[in-house]
Amino acid sequence: MPKIKVPKKSPSLDMTPMVDLAFLLVTFFMLTTKFRPEEPVVVDMPSSVSSKILPENALTITVDSAGRAFFNIDGQSVRRNLLTRIGEKYKIQFTEDELKKFALMSTIGMPAEKLKAYLDAPESERKKMDKATGGIPIDTLNNQLADWIVYGWTAAISDDAYAKKKESGNELRFAIKGDGGVDYTYIKRIIEIFQQNKVNRFNLITNLQATPTTE
Amino acid sequence: MAEVNTDQGGGKGGKHGKVRAKKASTHIDMTPMVDLAFLLLTFFMLTTTFSKPKTIEINMPVKDGDPTKVNNAITVLLSDKDRVFWYYGEFKPGETQLIKTDFSDNGIRKILLDKNAVAHQEVMKLEDQLAKRQIADSTFKRLAVDAKSQKSALMVLIKTDDKAKYRNVIDILDELSIASVGKYAIVDLMKDEYDLIQKAN
Repeated sequence: MPKIKVPKKSPSLDMTPMVDLAFLLVTFFMLTTKFRPEEPVVVDMPSSVSSKILPENALTITVDSAGRAFFNIDGQSVRRNLLTRIGEKYKIQFTEDELKKFALMSTIGMPAEKLKAYLDAPESERKKMDKATGGIPIDTLNNQLADWIVYGWTAAISDDAYAKKKESGNELRFAIKGDGGVDYTYIKRIIEIFQQNKVNRFNLITNLQATPTTE
Repeated sequence: MAEVNTDQGGGKGGKHGKVRAKKASTHIDMTPMVDLAFLLLTFFMLTTTFSKPKTIEINMPVKDGDPTKVNNAITVLLSDKDRVFWYYGEFKPGETQLIKTDFSDNGIRKILLDKNAVAHQEVMKLEDQLAKRQIADSTFKRLAVDAKSQKSALMVLIKTDDKAKYRNVIDILDELSIASVGKYAIVDLMKDEYDLIQKAN
């Protein structure tokens, strides 16, 4: 019987194109990924049909389900400047180290008195403080949130990069990120504080919901 | 492939005692690198979320402004447990009755679409034209604003009592955008209206 010769094929195949693709994807994902800084509060945002994307440069007030107010603003140099101003107002001397830490943080919900202790505390301690805090005071007698808003605003406007941002349509926006289950009175109070400071246009941050079809 | 050649002598086997340089293969084993690449790829793919939070933009009326008289106005009242009430036109003490509705398709949406039919149809027509590329994006925006703010368009006043949830306010704002209502305001509740809500319990 004549033997049928099967041509011998090398068992190793050329992986180069696959590897090329894999690295391309890795690079893409690495460059596009922006790690979200850890938020001190979990907020369950209500969903809406709006498909407008939240503008980049925002001053955000977060209100959690218990009605506690938290503050956040974008930009490291802005945050630094803001904390210095807050320190001046409340007669707190922040160290270089504390300023640096604050610049890298995100949302904050501490009354001014506890701010220094919060910044000095280690990570695990900070989480406990976040749970225990009553948020930034918003009552009329001790309206610290208004200071955060005003100083945050001025810090953002006086920032070197602001003119450029404004030119490209990225001026500072004011956003409210409320928990769906919170009483509207708390949000109303935040809006009131905004309006007292001549801010009449805000963004309410929501989750995207599938658009219902009309007929 | 990765073994180290410990045989250093080399003299034993050579015919003429020549030290022959060992030919190294030009192929490198890429497997570990590929493993790593895919590990990273999987990690980044799983951690990346492309969805950015969405937002509703609202403009609040400047405080102490003159209240404008509107003829086609509806007042929507929100209370706890997702309850919605509404009444049409001006509030007349003793006469105005609250009508209860809900957030379903046949609830408040139908009422708003009904009352705002003229403006809504115009906006729908414009959207249709936009989809067919008959009008430009900027023209659409301008015409849509015009249609929504025309005189006969519905004006919605949103009022909340102290127990209403934020979610309901967002829901109402959503309904407004679905019904192409361009004129609306979130205002304070009056005492009489509060009493009516209490009575509706």
